[in-house]
Amino acid sequence: MKARVIVTLKPGVLDPQGRAIGNALSGLGFAGVGEVRQGKLIELDLADGATTADVHAMCKALLANPVIENYRIELA
Amino acid sequence: MKTAVVVFPGSNCDRDLAVALREVTGTAPVMVWHRDTDLPAGLDLIALPGGFSYGDYLRCGAMSARSPVMAAVIAAANDGRAVLGVCNGFQILAEAGLLPGALMRNAGLDFVCRDVALSVANSQTAFSARYDAGETIRLPVAHHDGNFTADAATLDRLEGEGRVVFRYAEPVNGSARAIAGIVNDGGNVLGMMPHPERLIEAAQGGTDGRRLFEGLLAALG
Repeated sequence: MKARVIVTLKPGVLDPQGRAIGNALSGLGFAGVGEVRQGKLIELDLADGATTADVHAMCKALLANPVIENYRIELA
Repeated sequence: MKTAVVVFPGSNCDRDLAVALREVTGTAPVMVWHRDTDLPAGLDLIALPGGFSYGDYLRCGAMSARSPVMAAVIAAANDGRAVLGVCNGFQILAEAGLLPGALMRNAGLDFVCRDVALSVANSQTAFSARYDAGETIRLPVAHHDGNFTADAATLDRLEGEGRVVFRYAEPVNGSARAIAGIVNDGGNVLGMMPHPERLIEAAQGGTDGRRLFEGLLAALG
Protein backbone atom coordinates (compact mmCIF):
# COMPACT_ATOMS: atom_id res chain seq x y z
CA MET A 1 0.00 0.00 0.00
CA LYS A 2 1.00 3.56 -0.49
CA ALA A 3 0.68 6.60 1.68
CA ARG A 4 1.11 10.21 0.75
CA VAL A 5 2.08 12.73 3.41
CA ILE A 6 1.44 16.37 2.56
CA VAL A 7 3.49 18.70 4.77
CA THR A 8 2.55 22.37 4.84
CA LEU A 9 3.76 25.35 6.83
CA LYS A 10 1.45 26.37 9.63
CA PRO A 11 -0.64 29.46 9.02
CA GLY A 12 1.26 32.54 10.09
CA VAL A 13 4.69 31.00 9.59
CA LEU A 14 6.56 33.21 7.12
CA ASP A 15 7.22 31.38 3.85
CA PRO A 16 9.83 33.39 1.94
CA GLN A 17 10.05 30.71 -0.76
CA GLY A 18 6.31 30.83 -1.36
CA ARG A 19 6.49 34.59 -1.55
CA ALA A 20 9.29 34.42 -4.11
CA ILE A 21 7.26 31.97 -6.19
CA GLY A 22 4.31 34.37 -6.06
CA ASN A 23 6.51 37.24 -7.16
CA ALA A 24 7.87 35.16 -10.03
CA LEU A 25 4.36 34.26 -11.19
CA SER A 26 3.40 37.92 -11.13
CA GLY A 27 6.55 38.71 -13.09
CA LEU A 28 5.48 36.18 -15.73
CA GLY A 29 2.26 38.07 -16.17
CA PHE A 30 -0.11 35.84 -14.19
CA ALA A 31 -2.56 38.25 -12.66
CA GLY A 32 -4.54 37.69 -9.50
CA VAL A 33 -2.12 35.38 -7.70
CA GLY A 34 -2.56 35.94 -3.97
CA GLU A 35 -0.49 34.37 -1.24
CA VAL A 36 1.60 31.35 -2.30
CA ARG A 37 2.62 28.70 0.22
CA GLN A 38 5.13 25.97 -0.57
CA GLY A 39 4.96 22.53 1.03
CA LYS A 40 6.26 19.01 0.56
CA LEU A 41 4.78 15.79 -0.70
CA ILE A 42 6.31 12.58 0.65
CA GLU A 43 5.22 9.27 -0.89
CA LEU A 44 5.71 6.12 1.16
CA ASP A 45 5.55 2.55 -0.05
CA LEU A 46 4.39 0.54 2.97
CA ALA A 47 3.92 -3.12 3.81
CA ASP A 48 0.33 -4.35 3.59
CA GLY A 49 -1.50 -3.86 6.84
CA ALA A 50 0.12 -0.54 7.70
CA THR A 51 -2.34 1.83 9.29
CA THR A 52 -2.89 5.55 9.40
CA ALA A 53 -1.64 5.42 12.98
CA ASP A 54 1.68 4.07 11.72
CA VAL A 55 2.03 6.99 9.32
CA HIS A 56 1.03 9.47 12.03
CA ALA A 57 3.86 8.06 14.16
CA MET A 58 6.31 8.56 11.27
CA CYS A 59 5.13 12.14 10.81
CA LYS A 60 5.58 12.92 14.49
CA ALA A 61 8.98 11.24 14.69
CA LEU A 62 10.52 12.69 11.55
CA LEU A 63 8.48 13.74 8.55
CA ALA A 64 7.00 16.97 9.93
CA ASN A 65 8.32 19.49 12.46
CA PRO A 66 5.36 20.36 14.68
CA VAL A 67 6.88 23.73 15.55
CA ILE A 68 6.37 25.05 12.03
CA GLU A 69 4.48 22.44 10.00
CA ASN A 70 1.14 20.72 9.69
CA TYR A 71 0.64 17.49 7.79
CA ARG A 72 -2.11 15.37 6.38
CA ILE A 73 -2.10 11.75 5.29
CA GLU A 74 -3.72 10.13 2.27
CA LEU A 75 -3.74 6.34 2.05
CA ALA A 76 -4.07 4.76 -1.38
CA MET B 1 38.41 20.40 30.33
CA LYS B 2 37.42 17.39 28.24
CA THR B 3 35.51 18.15 25.08
CA ALA B 4 34.06 16.32 22.09
CA VAL B 5 33.04 17.42 18.62
CA VAL B 6 30.32 15.35 16.97
CA VAL B 7 30.95 14.83 13.26
CA PHE B 8 27.98 14.24 10.96
CA PRO B 9 28.17 13.43 7.25
CA GLY B 10 28.30 16.89 5.71
CA SER B 11 29.70 18.72 8.73
CA ASN B 12 32.25 21.23 7.49
CA CYS B 13 33.17 23.28 10.57
CA ASP B 14 34.12 20.33 12.73
CA ARG B 15 37.86 20.93 12.36
CA ASP B 16 37.52 24.68 12.94
CA LEU B 17 35.66 23.93 16.14
CA ALA B 18 38.29 21.36 17.14
CA VAL B 19 41.09 23.89 16.57
CA ALA B 20 39.28 26.52 18.65
CA LEU B 21 38.73 24.06 21.50
CA ARG B 22 42.32 22.86 21.34
CA GLU B 23 43.77 26.38 21.24
CA VAL B 24 41.71 27.63 24.15
CA THR B 25 41.58 24.56 26.40
CA GLY B 26 45.03 23.19 25.57
CA THR B 27 43.58 19.76 24.86
CA ALA B 28 42.31 18.48 21.54
CA PRO B 29 38.67 17.39 21.60
CA VAL B 30 37.60 13.82 20.92
CA MET B 31 36.01 13.61 17.48
CA VAL B 32 32.86 11.49 17.74
CA TRP B 33 31.26 10.00 14.62
CA HIS B 34 27.49 10.37 14.39
CA ARG B 35 26.94 6.61 14.19
CA ASP B 36 28.58 6.06 17.57
CA THR B 37 26.06 5.26 20.24
CA ASP B 38 28.21 6.23 23.21
CA LEU B 39 30.08 9.38 24.11
CA PRO B 40 33.50 9.26 25.80
CA ALA B 41 33.26 9.26 29.60
CA GLY B 42 33.86 12.41 31.60
CA LEU B 43 33.07 15.02 28.94
CA ASP B 44 32.62 18.62 30.08
CA LEU B 45 31.41 19.92 26.73
CA ILE B 46 29.83 18.41 23.63
CA ALA B 47 30.01 20.59 20.51
CA LEU B 48 27.90 20.19 17.37
CA PRO B 49 29.56 21.88 14.40
CA GLY B 50 28.31 23.84 11.43
CA GLY B 51 27.93 22.42 7.98
CA PHE B 52 25.26 20.91 5.80
CA SER B 53 24.76 17.55 7.44
CA TYR B 54 22.83 15.12 5.26
CA GLY B 55 22.71 17.84 2.63
CA ASP B 56 19.95 19.55 4.62
CA TYR B 57 17.59 16.81 3.40
CA LEU B 58 13.98 17.06 4.60
CA ARG B 59 14.77 20.02 6.92
CA CYS B 60 18.10 21.41 8.11
CA GLY B 61 19.32 19.22 10.94
CA ALA B 62 16.35 16.85 10.74
CA MET B 63 18.28 13.73 9.79
CA SER B 64 21.23 14.44 12.09
CA ALA B 65 18.92 15.02 15.04
CA ARG B 66 17.86 11.35 14.65
CA SER B 67 21.45 10.04 14.32
CA PRO B 68 22.45 7.24 16.71
CA VAL B 69 24.78 9.52 18.70
CA MET B 70 22.03 12.02 19.44
CA ALA B 71 20.37 9.80 22.04
CA ALA B 72 23.58 10.05 24.06
CA VAL B 73 23.84 13.81 23.44
CA ILE B 74 20.24 14.32 24.61
CA ALA B 75 20.84 12.21 27.70
CA ALA B 76 24.00 14.18 28.52
CA ALA B 77 22.20 17.51 27.99
CA ASN B 78 19.35 16.43 30.24
CA ASP B 79 21.98 15.47 32.78
CA GLY B 80 23.27 19.05 32.80
CA ARG B 81 26.29 18.58 30.53
CA ALA B 82 27.26 21.64 28.47
CA VAL B 83 26.29 21.36 24.81
CA LEU B 84 27.19 23.95 22.16
CA GLY B 85 25.60 23.92 18.72
CA VAL B 86 26.90 26.32 16.09
CA CYS B 87 24.98 27.01 12.88
CA ASN B 88 23.97 23.56 11.63
CA GLY B 89 24.61 22.44 15.22
CA PHE B 90 21.92 24.90 16.36
CA GLN B 91 19.54 23.54 13.73
CA ILE B 92 20.24 19.99 14.96
CA LEU B 93 19.63 20.96 18.61
CA ALA B 94 16.29 22.54 17.66
CA GLU B 95 15.27 19.50 15.60
CA ALA B 96 16.28 17.24 18.49
CA GLY B 97 14.02 19.18 20.84
CA LEU B 98 16.86 20.33 23.08
CA LEU B 99 16.08 23.93 22.15
CA PRO B 100 12.69 25.42 21.28
CA GLY B 101 11.74 26.89 17.93
CA ALA B 102 13.00 26.17 14.44
CA LEU B 103 15.47 27.68 11.97
CA MET B 104 13.83 28.49 8.67
CA ARG B 105 14.97 29.81 5.30
CA ASN B 106 16.39 33.34 5.57
CA ALA B 107 13.68 35.91 5.00
CA GLY B 108 15.61 37.44 2.09
CA LEU B 109 16.16 33.96 0.59
CA ASP B 110 19.86 34.74 0.23
CA PHE B 111 22.69 32.72 1.70
CA VAL B 112 24.24 35.24 4.11
CA CYS B 113 28.01 34.94 4.50
CA ARG B 114 29.66 37.89 6.22
CA ASP B 115 30.64 39.29 9.59
CA VAL B 116 27.64 40.67 11.46
CA ALA B 117 27.23 42.79 14.57
CA LEU B 118 25.70 41.01 17.55
CA SER B 119 24.67 42.30 20.91
CA VAL B 120 25.18 40.19 24.00
CA ALA B 121 21.76 39.92 25.59
CA ASN B 122 22.76 37.73 28.54
CA SER B 123 26.30 37.50 29.90
CA GLN B 124 25.29 35.28 32.82
CA THR B 125 25.62 31.94 31.02
CA ALA B 126 28.71 29.75 30.97
CA PHE B 127 28.89 30.42 27.23
CA SER B 128 28.76 34.20 27.46
CA ALA B 129 30.47 34.94 30.79
CA ARG B 130 33.46 36.58 29.11
CA TYR B 131 31.25 39.13 27.38
CA ASP B 132 29.60 42.17 28.90
CA ALA B 133 25.82 42.44 28.80
CA GLY B 134 24.84 44.84 26.05
CA GLU B 135 28.27 44.67 24.44
CA THR B 136 28.40 44.66 20.64
CA ILE B 137 30.66 42.02 19.10
CA ARG B 138 31.25 40.87 15.54
CA LEU B 139 31.14 37.26 14.41
CA PRO B 140 30.85 35.64 10.98
CA VAL B 141 27.62 34.05 9.84
CA ALA B 142 27.34 31.65 6.90
CA HIS B 143 23.88 30.22 6.52
CA HIS B 144 20.81 29.91 4.36
CA ASP B 145 18.46 28.83 7.14
CA GLY B 146 19.04 30.96 10.21
CA ASN B 147 15.65 32.60 10.47
CA PHE B 148 14.64 31.67 14.03
CA THR B 149 10.93 31.03 14.40
CA ALA B 150 8.80 30.15 17.39
CA ASP B 151 5.30 31.03 18.53
CA ALA B 152 4.79 34.28 20.43
CA ALA B 153 4.40 32.54 23.79
CA THR B 154 7.72 30.73 23.34
CA LEU B 155 9.46 33.95 22.27
CA ASP B 156 8.03 35.77 25.31
CA ARG B 157 9.23 32.98 27.57
CA LEU B 158 12.73 32.98 26.06
CA GLU B 159 13.02 36.73 26.54
CA GLY B 160 11.40 36.73 29.97
CA GLU B 161 13.72 34.03 31.26
CA GLY B 162 16.85 35.68 29.85
CA ARG B 163 17.42 32.79 27.49
CA VAL B 164 18.22 34.96 24.49
CA VAL B 165 22.02 35.14 24.68
CA PHE B 166 22.90 36.80 21.37
CA ARG B 167 20.86 39.10 19.15
CA TYR B 168 21.62 40.43 15.69
CA ALA B 169 22.41 44.13 15.91
CA GLU B 170 21.72 44.55 12.19
CA PRO B 171 19.30 42.94 9.70
CA VAL B 172 20.59 39.46 8.81
CA ASN B 173 17.98 36.80 8.18
CA GLY B 174 14.57 37.85 9.48
CA SER B 175 14.93 36.03 12.81
CA ALA B 176 12.09 36.58 15.25
CA ARG B 177 13.09 39.32 17.70
CA ALA B 178 16.55 39.33 16.08
CA ILE B 179 17.46 36.14 17.94
CA ALA B 180 20.90 34.78 17.04
CA GLY B 181 21.50 32.43 19.97
CA ILE B 182 19.48 30.91 22.83
CA VAL B 183 19.98 28.58 25.75
CA ASN B 184 17.70 25.85 27.09
CA ASP B 185 15.90 26.29 30.39
CA GLY B 186 18.80 24.71 32.27
CA GLY B 187 21.26 27.16 30.68
CA ASN B 188 23.57 24.29 29.71
CA VAL B 189 22.66 24.02 26.03
CA LEU B 190 23.44 26.92 23.68
CA GLY B 191 22.53 27.11 20.01
CA MET B 192 23.76 30.00 17.89
CA MET B 193 23.92 30.71 14.18
CA PRO B 194 27.11 32.87 14.19
CA HIS B 195 30.48 31.10 14.23
CA PRO B 196 32.62 31.91 17.30
CA GLU B 197 35.19 29.29 16.23
CA ARG B 198 36.04 31.37 13.18
CA LEU B 199 37.38 34.31 15.19
CA ILE B 200 39.72 32.98 17.84
CA GLU B 201 43.01 34.63 16.88
CA ALA B 202 44.12 37.91 15.33
CA ALA B 203 45.19 36.17 12.12
CA GLN B 204 41.51 35.39 11.52
CA GLY B 205 40.61 39.04 11.81
CA GLY B 206 39.58 39.20 15.44
CA THR B 207 39.11 37.36 18.68
CA ASP B 208 35.48 38.04 19.55
CA GLY B 209 34.72 34.33 19.24
CA ARG B 210 37.59 33.23 21.47
CA ARG B 211 35.93 34.62 24.58
CA LEU B 212 33.03 32.21 24.27
CA PHE B 213 35.44 29.29 24.63
CA GLU B 214 37.40 31.08 27.36
CA GLY B 215 34.18 31.52 29.32
CA LEU B 216 33.44 27.82 28.99
CA LEU B 217 36.95 26.94 30.11
CA ALA B 218 36.58 29.15 33.19
CA ALA B 219 33.15 27.71 34.01
CA LEU B 220 33.84 24.06 33.26
CA GLY B 221 37.54 23.83 34.06
